[in-house]
Amino acid sequence: MASAAQTLGRYRTAAAVVVGLAVIPLVPGLNSSYVLHMLILMLMWSVIGMAWNLLGGYCGQVSFGHAAFFGLGAYTGGILYYHLGWSAWWGLPVGMVVVALGALGVGYICLRLRGPYFALGTLAMGEVLRVTAENLEWLTEGTRGIMLETRTWVAKEPFYYVILAIAVASFVVLEVMVRSKWGYYFVAIREDQDAAESLGIDTTLYKNIALVVSAVLTGVAGAFYTCYMGYIDPEIVFALHDVSIVAIMVVMVGGVATRWGPLVGAVIMILLSEVVRTLPYIGRAHQTLFGILLIVIIIFLPNGVVGDFRKMMRFFLGRSKPAGAGGV
Amino acid sequence: MLKVNGIDVFYGDVQVLWDVSFHVGEGEVVALIGTNGAGKSTTLRTISGLLRPRKGTVEFLGERLDQIPPYRIIELGLAHVPEARRLFPEMTVEENLEMGALKPAAKARRAESLERVYSRFPRLKERRRQLAGTLSGGEQQMLAIGRGLMSLPRMILFDEPSLGLAPLLVEEVFNVVNDIRRDGVTVLIVEQNVRQTLAVADRAYVLETGRIVREGTGSELLDDEEVRKAYLGV
Repeated sequence: MASAAQTLGRYRTAAAVVVGLAVIPLVPGLNSSYVLHMLILMLMWSVIGMAWNLLGGYCGQVSFGHAAFFGLGAYTGGILYYHLGWSAWWGLPVGMVVVALGALGVGYICLRLRGPYFALGTLAMGEVLRVTAENLEWLTEGTRGIMLETRTWVAKEPFYYVILAIAVASFVVLEVMVRSKWGYYFVAIREDQDAAESLGIDTTLYKNIALVVSAVLTGVAGAFYTCYMGYIDPEIVFALHDVSIVAIMVVMVGGVATRWGPLVGAVIMILLSEVVRTLPYIGRAHQTLFGILLIVIIIFLPNGVVGDFRKMMRFFLGRSKPAGAGGV
Repeated sequence: MLKVNGIDVFYGDVQVLWDVSFHVGEGEVVALIGTNGAGKSTTLRTISGLLRPRKGTVEFLGERLDQIPPYRIIELGLAHVPEARRLFPEMTVEENLEMGALKPAAKARRAESLERVYSRFPRLKERRRQLAGTLSGGEQQMLAIGRGLMSLPRMILFDEPSLGLAPLLVEEVFNVVNDIRRDGVTVLIVEQNVRQTLAVADRAYVLETGRIVREGTGSELLDDEEVRKAYLGV
């Protein structure tokens, strides 16, 4: 059992990260709108990564369809704005409800499938929603998409603090869940679903909890996206490769079932995509390069940058250091 | 205590069990023996609710197990030590044991049960902070049994506990089964290791291609000409 002092120590890093992130817009040189745009995207992707990590990392239900939830959240805000004239920010609270209901629907169909079949089921779900959004023109404006005439703020700072707050809230919610007995249930389901069931865990219930929480957080990120970018269409927010796959990559690169993996993964992925995209000649092949990167990471850092941190350090600092030295 | 009445079980369209009936009385050790593919594990999976019989019933202490969700079965006092251990490899030994005591009654006495398991299996105490996946096969089997005991069951189902263990460890497993019986817990054990199983069992049933073909006390079956020829190779 962790004492109060240990608990404090454990979250000192978290507190430092939050304070550090909170002061960045005040630092001259770092507060350019380009840097803030990058940071906003990193935080948004870390929210999606954290959400995916709960379901895929801890509970072991690998989803290839998180774009479904991202898109539902995004379109809730978009539709409320376009048809009812509400502020798109209503997409956050209303989207949570819509996405939760959507997730229960997806869960009802997909959670009876296991392993790769679940992954394929969710993949299909994401695609079904994309095609639906493209064709339900009276509601979604189809492929024309929905554009906000004005965004709430011209400056980046307010958006930055909103997404920072969302990220901190997501981190806290997930941390509490994963450290509670639910976290043990999730891991037990990941490790062996039948054994978990025979020990008295209602696996259907807990898989649904993980799915709904994961989906809702992803939906919040989607609703934020609508407000921030000011334009959505089905190809963007229900994208298989640009949303569902990237969500997985963020977590894989950062570290599956680790506390900091999604944030680290999001930072790396956003930086990398920026750098790669600006490379002369091969920039257009950034998708290809991403694929190659993913393969390299799976082979050499199967636990991600956070999970295999020591291994990486040993590699860069020479092999003489004993494995047990220093905690991460 | 446990009554299985004429169950037919299918995997899809393929029938695996045909009209299987048997019972286990309070305090007994009953064995279900048979070769690979005879339907032993299918029978256990049906008892623990992971498969549903198309015909027939499974009753435990008067409750219909075939009608309640599997996760509730343990609350009735029926624990399952599954085939191939089915531990949570990325959890520590102690966490695995704690997962055995989830129902409120067992949770209230968790510390006490933990001590009991540790005193029965001192190795597990030594390794309590170690990940279960890093234990040896024998230790994993002990952990699986310990986890089953943590729920304070009235009856335990053992699915091939001797699978893949060295002879010395097999003996230890059967000693544990005997201890458990002495503590008043009823045991249903499924095994391919016929000789040692029949030696500890009060009664046994022989399953062949999904049907019960013989039953008797352990010593009766050990002396049975057919059983000796088919399973003991003598």
